[in-house]
Amino acid sequence: MKHKSKIYNHKSKIIIMAYSEKVIDHYQNPKNVGTLDKSAKNVGTGLVGAPECGDVMRLQIEVDDAGMITDAKFKTFGCGSAIASSSLATEWLKGKSVDEALTIDNMDIVEELNLPPVKIHCSVLAEDAIKSAINDYRVKNGMEAIKFEESVVH
Amino acid sequence: MLKLPIYLDNNATTPMDPRVLEAMTPYFLQHFGNAASRNHPFGWEAEEAVDYAREQVAKLIGADPKEIIFTSGATEGDNLGIKGVYEMYASKGNHIITATTEHKAVLDTCRHIEKSGGEVTYLQVQPDGLIDLKELEAAIKPTTILIAIMYANNEIGVVMPIKEISAIARKHGVLLFTDGTQAVGKIPVDVNKDGIDLMAFTAHKMYGPKGVGALYVRRKNPRVKVTAQMDGGGHERGMRSGTLNVPGIVGFGKACEICMLDMEEDSKRISKMRDHLQTELLKLEEAYVNGSSEYRLPHVANISFKHVEGEGLLMGFNKNIALSSGSACTSASLEPSYVLKALGLGDDLAHSSLRFGLSRFTTEEEIEYTIKAISETVLKLREMSPLWEMYKEGIDLDSIVWAAH
Repeated sequence: MKHKSKIYNHKSKIIIMAYSEKVIDHYQNPKNVGTLDKSAKNVGTGLVGAPECGDVMRLQIEVDDAGMITDAKFKTFGCGSAIASSSLATEWLKGKSVDEALTIDNMDIVEELNLPPVKIHCSVLAEDAIKSAINDYRVKNGMEAIKFEESVVH
Repeated sequence: MLKLPIYLDNNATTPMDPRVLEAMTPYFLQHFGNAASRNHPFGWEAEEAVDYAREQVAKLIGADPKEIIFTSGATEGDNLGIKGVYEMYASKGNHIITATTEHKAVLDTCRHIEKSGGEVTYLQVQPDGLIDLKELEAAIKPTTILIAIMYANNEIGVVMPIKEISAIARKHGVLLFTDGTQAVGKIPVDVNKDGIDLMAFTAHKMYGPKGVGALYVRRKNPRVKVTAQMDGGGHERGMRSGTLNVPGIVGFGKACEICMLDMEEDSKRISKMRDHLQTELLKLEEAYVNGSSEYRLPHVANISFKHVEGEGLLMGFNKNIALSSGSACTSASLEPSYVLKALGLGDDLAHSSLRFGLSRFTTEEEIEYTIKAISETVLKLREMSPLWEMYKEGIDLDSIVWAAH
């Protein structure tokens, strides 16, 4: 089922769109597109998804000595909802500690972006990307990778 | 004056030609009779209109009017043609040969036949979208009663070698059914020159109304019959019962007549625009045309933009340009286009494809706007794509083991 929301174009005509305004905003003005140096010790990189699935997200975090995420960047191959989910994720990550970042749940993304049921998997992938980036950082810094429960999806 | 949104999804449906609407209008309010009412002028008028339309439709494909059965569209025509032959010729055999790139209306009908005990062979296609004629001939056996191959493909626009397929069919005494939906009215289709025994097509792909189509059923050399799938009053020589959609049929006839008159000029003009669109878009790095360039409809282009996903691409301009994508995200089933996959395209290229279908109403201005909008969006999305970055760094993406979700 497509999520419809009314938005007005510049002529004040109602257009029924298949995406929420927030998804469209992230798509047109994505936050934090870019690349961090993945060889740096304080950078964690998560690369999740697969081209065959039509969804690949790369999320990167830069962590300071106090364990705070000072920068986050993303690049995504995927639909508007996938792009928005990963863009939103980078926004949320900045300023959080690595531990706080672990509490980001995919349903938070779903709610914030008003994702319809058929797009929930995009938010799950974003959550996976966050956890993957954090684990990469942990392993690089002498910690064990956290084993996450298989997310229940579909 | 450029009017937005631009419609370039003419393989899905076409706008009605105003001349068609004009021809249909009297049949709603004034000449509204049932064409089967034999006893009064309302019926006689309606029947006359239908007869005339039948001639117009037949003329477009080189058939006799008696060989045209009006239906509700190509899907019904596909069902009637395939199931109708399967049931009528059951004593001869139960084997049908078709291809993996056929429209769902054909594939699903074949699956239905398999469930009822029939046998179906689904031929693979080559990377250019064409079937291998040797494979086709090798698949024929004594129980084969029908070959069902579409004239032109709706996703990639590839035109099948129907004349050659017909020669093989005739050699082995097998009937040839073709789904002509995308070809009729756009390129010259002649049931006798092309050796076709049955053909389904529809009005709404050729600037006619939705809800009406035809099944061509050959009457001579050989005489073909189909078992009716719609039982009732015995309309259409007992092959398709149901009150005729008179206004729709009138419109269909008019649409066929216009296509016949304007086809040559239209296709020259349209293919020029299509070629220009294709040339400009292929200037983008890693852009690929899907399907044969040589054997293709003049108004269709299916192009993949590697490392950029189709739905994401459409979102960059779908308020302003109407297109289709082979991406999974744009399909109800979340599966990428099975036609593109049948070409051997990797899933990533199937996900990155856009289908362009031009029409006689497409203008050069619209094409220029489209070229610009798509190029800009592709470039923007590539800046955001991890796959593009990796490709630029020289990484072989096929060698990566993806942490697929």
